[in-house]
Amino acid sequence: MPRINSPAELEELRKGILSKRDPNKPCITLCSGTACHASGSEEVAASIEEEIKKQGLSGKVDFRKTGCHGFCEKGPIIVIHPEKICYLQIEPKDIPEIISQTIKEEKVIERLLYTDPTTNEKVVHESEIPFYKNQERLVFGSNGEIDPTSIDDYLALGGYSALAKALSQMTPEQVLEEVKKSNLRGRGGGGFPAGRKWEECRNAPGDMKYVIVNADEGDPGAYMDRSLLEGNPHSVLEGLIIGAYAIGSHEGYIYVRQEYPLAVENVGTAIEQAKEHGFLGENIFGSGFDFTVKVHRGAGAFVSGESSALMTAIEGRVGEPRPKYIHTAIKGVRDRPSCLNNVETWATVPLIINKGADWFAQLGTQGSKGTKIFSLVGKVNNTGLVEVPMGITLRDIIYKIGGGIPGDKKFKAVQTGGPSGGCIPEEQLDMKVDFDELAKAGSMMGSGGMIVMDEDTCMVDVARYFLDFLSDESCGKCVPCREGIRQMLKILTNISKGEGKEGDIELLEELSQVTRDASLCALGRTAANPVLSTIHYFRDEYEAHIKEKRCPAYVCKALISYYIDPEKCQACMICLRQCPAGAISGGKNQIHVIDQEKCTKCGTCFEACPPRFGAVKKISGEPVPSPIPEEARMIARKSKENE
Amino acid sequence: MSEITLQIDGREVKAEEGMTILEAAQSAGIFIPTLCHHEKLEPYGACRICTVEIEARGRTNLVAACLYPIEQNLVVRTRSERVDKTRKVLLELMLAHAPDAAELQDLAQEYGANKARFEKESSFCILCGLCVRYCAEVKKKNAIGFVDRGTRREVIFIPEIASKECEDCKECFPLCPTEALQATYLLTKALMSPSSPSASESE
Repeated sequence: MPRINSPAELEELRKGILSKRDPNKPCITLCSGTACHASGSEEVAASIEEEIKKQGLSGKVDFRKTGCHGFCEKGPIIVIHPEKICYLQIEPKDIPEIISQTIKEEKVIERLLYTDPTTNEKVVHESEIPFYKNQERLVFGSNGEIDPTSIDDYLALGGYSALAKALSQMTPEQVLEEVKKSNLRGRGGGGFPAGRKWEECRNAPGDMKYVIVNADEGDPGAYMDRSLLEGNPHSVLEGLIIGAYAIGSHEGYIYVRQEYPLAVENVGTAIEQAKEHGFLGENIFGSGFDFTVKVHRGAGAFVSGESSALMTAIEGRVGEPRPKYIHTAIKGVRDRPSCLNNVETWATVPLIINKGADWFAQLGTQGSKGTKIFSLVGKVNNTGLVEVPMGITLRDIIYKIGGGIPGDKKFKAVQTGGPSGGCIPEEQLDMKVDFDELAKAGSMMGSGGMIVMDEDTCMVDVARYFLDFLSDESCGKCVPCREGIRQMLKILTNISKGEGKEGDIELLEELSQVTRDASLCALGRTAANPVLSTIHYFRDEYEAHIKEKRCPAYVCKALISYYIDPEKCQACMICLRQCPAGAISGGKNQIHVIDQEKCTKCGTCFEACPPRFGAVKKISGEPVPSPIPEEARMIARKSKENE
Repeated sequence: MSEITLQIDGREVKAEEGMTILEAAQSAGIFIPTLCHHEKLEPYGACRICTVEIEARGRTNLVAACLYPIEQNLVVRTRSERVDKTRKVLLELMLAHAPDAAELQDLAQEYGANKARFEKESSFCILCGLCVRYCAEVKKKNAIGFVDRGTRREVIFIPEIASKECEDCKECFPLCPTEALQATYLLTKALMSPSSPSASESE
């Protein structure tokens, strides 16, 4: 591949790629992101390739394995271009029909389409599915269009034109001004204005400066950075090179966790391709600007996502945070100015350069511009990755895009921002989602994790879960974080075991304050957020656990019991047979009784009891009614002949 | 180095640029308690007992005095209700591990910390890292280090190095604020040569 030495050559190359592509030629795109991979997209891919050959269509139809499309709930996903017919939950057995019907005959296969659960209507095109319709997929949209291992696919969509523009038409100062004007805020957690960070780094003394991509995503349930890096690595790379140019850096790092093998592989491929094309290396686009980038594979520690810890890890030491009283933009990797931004932040930069800061700034709210990708998971119908403009309400995300709560359950809370975030209750569902509003509600944007919880979620248990996570993931260096988390976790565990005491809530609040005030890094300073936000919005649940020894959501095992209502039990033997602890006694025509001593509270009987009987009850905060006497357990049934 | 004027506890203090609050305070004879600090070692900022309140750029904040670089017109309060309360809780958290450490007890008295507030979990070590850092930075031997992370973090001697280096050094022992170190060493030594009873008796 010849080097591209000027924007004109880039445009020529792009036209060349497009001229070889017939826009009307059918193209099957298959989501091959991690989630679809897990639901079997590899097997689907193999059968597509095989079937194309078998049905004599080699060369007449294109097949492309793309990155994550976002609608992970319904994967593997196939979109057939140019009509953009979308088929969901595809299995290898569907492929022959897809090829023979849709590709050859141009017929839509009804049963593979999305069915709108409210109207029961079939939806043909991806963009009309409510999950996608209500999104604004600026950064994430190309994921479904391109093969992440093909730079041509990226170039065909105008890839690297922002870099060409920045390097040939703009001075570094102008690039910096544009990003500042766009008011792009860091997508990794804190929401610090990217332009200000760039400027601080640019102005910091020193010839050697670094730019860094933080791809050490670690929040439970969050995978948007992973999907971007896997699905569209060139967009991240292009943003990084533009940033380096603005800052005056000639060396960059992509810090990606080793647990993301596909991201590591695809970004490595992208770097090689960019080097071959001359987008990396010396004299990029003939501008005189040099830049190289290395991939640093992280060894999987949540705390390494904290910028100073990440930089320590790049230096080859244990990823522990260091004080940031002097910003890392001034004193970062090897004490040199280092500008770190998250994957999504970098991937947004080419858009800003191409379309302008004014275009970007008209999206979103006063304080938070542009769009944000969230990973919408938990008790919600449409789990997946969603990109929405800042300022959309939580209700729209969860109901319009997410399709609401499964099984007619009641919404209880949404946890945003990962372990550093908080839980937001129903009364705040109409809140406009942006950096500042989430912080006001006691949570945070974080990197964009969004875990929906329904009425069966215990908020004490949620707080306990996150503190348990943090007790493992804190580096353990400073006392308030390590010891504060240890003690808070102990208290929460006790409360969930029914051993909570009067004053525990106040003690949690006091520990939270000290952990927040005195910890060394952001992990510790935000560690108490899950505790504080659940106490703030769900204090009554804490009190029920402590005072009444009752778990209102029936989650905390120590506080619940299973009981069979003798009035309702039909002695059907189903629960009795399934009980793994052998705790249920009874027999044919003999009302079943749970031995509370033997019961492990696994809930199998509760699940097994046929809904038409509904005899197994969960109870909490009240004594289990004593079992009815043996002699009263016989059920006298009328024999069938007498009916 | 240019001179910087700041205010500590209402007193005007002149100090050199590049100094930390702790250094500036010490140079003016103002006491700030420390546990993980040592003048021969790089500032570490782990015990947070040197937390002070500052006013800078119109905001009040708590910072670690051993790390925070001074700036012109900085206002520092080494004691305040918020500082004292923070130090009290920090001490209580550490006392759960080392309830009998003299240094902690003295501070506990000063700040009204209750050593029985949190359930005892005696590891005897508060993970100040003085031993680890002294061995690495001053002796350059790395015979002792941290293992694991989070609430499972602990200090251990690396037997292969410790067996060669520690017998004639032991300079880290007096640095330990809780006297846990000596016990850790003895334990390691005993484990290294379980057959020789003199290993533990000779100390």
